[in-house]
Amino acid sequence: MRILSAYPTLLRIGFANAVAYRTEMLVWMLTMTMPFVSLALWSAVAESVPVGRFDQKSFVAYFLATIVVRQLCGAWVVWELIQEIKSGTLTSRLLKPIHPLVVYSADNIAAIPLRALFAAPLALIGITSGGTALPHEPHRVVALFLSLFGAWFITFFVMVIIGCLSFFMESSASIFDIWIACFMILSGYLVPLELFPSWVRGVAEVLPFRYTLGFPVEILIGMSSDAAIARGLVIQLAYGCGSAAMALALWRSGVRRFGAFGG
Amino acid sequence: MSRGDQGIEVAGLHKDYRVHRRKSGMLNTVRSIFHRTYETVPAVRDLSFTIEPGERVGFLGPNGAGKTTTLKILAGLLHPTAGRVVVAGHEPRLREHRFLKRITLVMGQKQQLIWDLPPVDTFSQNRAIYDLSRASFDATLKELDELLGISAIAEKPTRQLSLGERMKCELAAALLHRPDVLFLDEPTIGLDVSMQLAVRDFIRAYNERTGATTLLTSHYMDDVAALCPRVIVIDKGRLRYDGALGKLVEKIRPDKAIVLRYAHRPDRAALERIGTVTECDDAKAVVRVARPDLREAVANLLLDPELSDLTIEDPPLEEVLRELFAQSAAESA
Repeated sequence: MRILSAYPTLLRIGFANAVAYRTEMLVWMLTMTMPFVSLALWSAVAESVPVGRFDQKSFVAYFLATIVVRQLCGAWVVWELIQEIKSGTLTSRLLKPIHPLVVYSADNIAAIPLRALFAAPLALIGITSGGTALPHEPHRVVALFLSLFGAWFITFFVMVIIGCLSFFMESSASIFDIWIACFMILSGYLVPLELFPSWVRGVAEVLPFRYTLGFPVEILIGMSSDAAIARGLVIQLAYGCGSAAMALALWRSGVRRFGAFGG
Repeated sequence: MSRGDQGIEVAGLHKDYRVHRRKSGMLNTVRSIFHRTYETVPAVRDLSFTIEPGERVGFLGPNGAGKTTTLKILAGLLHPTAGRVVVAGHEPRLREHRFLKRITLVMGQKQQLIWDLPPVDTFSQNRAIYDLSRASFDATLKELDELLGISAIAEKPTRQLSLGERMKCELAAALLHRPDVLFLDEPTIGLDVSMQLAVRDFIRAYNERTGATTLLTSHYMDDVAALCPRVIVIDKGRLRYDGALGKLVEKIRPDKAIVLRYAHRPDRAALERIGTVTECDDAKAVVRVARPDLREAVANLLLDPELSDLTIEDPPLEEVLRELFAQSAAESA
């Protein structure tokens, strides 16, 4: 109950912090525009003949949706965790009678409105490009929001898992680099997954990366069937629960180690 | 209130760290990838003490003595290797929320204030986290403002505050939930003299108003002398002294310094008949005299018509501690 009553204040403070860091955040958001490069490339490829189901307009819609979804579902808790564990500043969070992950989550969620401001014009261009079939049936709209929340949830807890590895090793930043490299390829960030050979698609279907980006993007631009959406949501739920459970277990064990070795 | 409610009990506390050792050089760096050498370093050894509710106690020791380690164990941040620790009726290592609501740890070198936001935002965040009612929050903040004078600075971004202003706001943020037990680790570090005095006055006033048990570490002996009737001294993780500050000084340095000022150069030979002369120049002399002989020595010195001023001083606490640590090093050897 206390978490629920505290959360609005945590969100307000998190938003104020995001506004204070607006310039850094804008620069950081600009680093997430790699899909523009993919857009230029694939638009050129699809100029004369569609690639699979994608013509030029579909590529515009897809990659703009990719940027929008990444802005809405992004988190950065991994960097905070690594830095605070290494410097020992985590101690001030551990002294508070609230789970630090609750405060981290509020900080990350609170920045979404600011990032939505950046994403809004792109979404508008995407909508007017003619390459999308935005979901309008209520069940698809609900599914879209669930998938966006699921994508953020998995991203957040995977970041917590990787950040918590810093309790056990010098720094887990390099592990996160590996995660990002796989994410670029297997989430649909740079190339729509359906353009990959079927075996790569098969791998991407079972790994978590697609469910942090490609899956909500496909719902957003109307490229998923109802059956695919239902299956995707179930897989997202499984990854969400699994990543949260693993993150909490690693956190507990990490804090015990922090307590044993000092911070 | 019983000791268990607000006091501190430490019995047979041990804390060991496992430390990775590597010699310098490229070869050793590469070797350490495949084979790491660890060493167990004892930070705290068989430490026992009890602090009554409402006491103000100074926790002293040289760098690396184990002070911060002990404070972190008492605050629940570190787990003891062995021994029993009870703070305000709780076992700190369990870090129960009920326990965390009753303590605070202020570390002069680490901050909890949100760097880019004004301290009022950290205060609001703490109000939500500690689940404080608006009325209780406002009343405590008003009281803290009376003692610290923070209202004028609390709305400026933390990064724009001076070190002293920041420490005042750190203290306010740490005390909004009215903790029963205060752990203060170097709260005046880096502050100028007037700000040290302000923080010192605040700690004393807060302790007197609320009856909060206070354990303080500081390298500024003036802080300890002004605030703590009792001191616990540790060295290399072991207890070296636990008792009244005055008694420690008496025990280690059983003499007092008589500082004399003259209109002319004092007669050194005459002074040496009274005590040990440690300083003698054109207009000033310092004579050390055993405490029992003090009255007679002063009476004799006052007979000199050329004497213009006389003061009696305890040896500086720094000197006393240096001697205590030297004694314990000699005992260890």
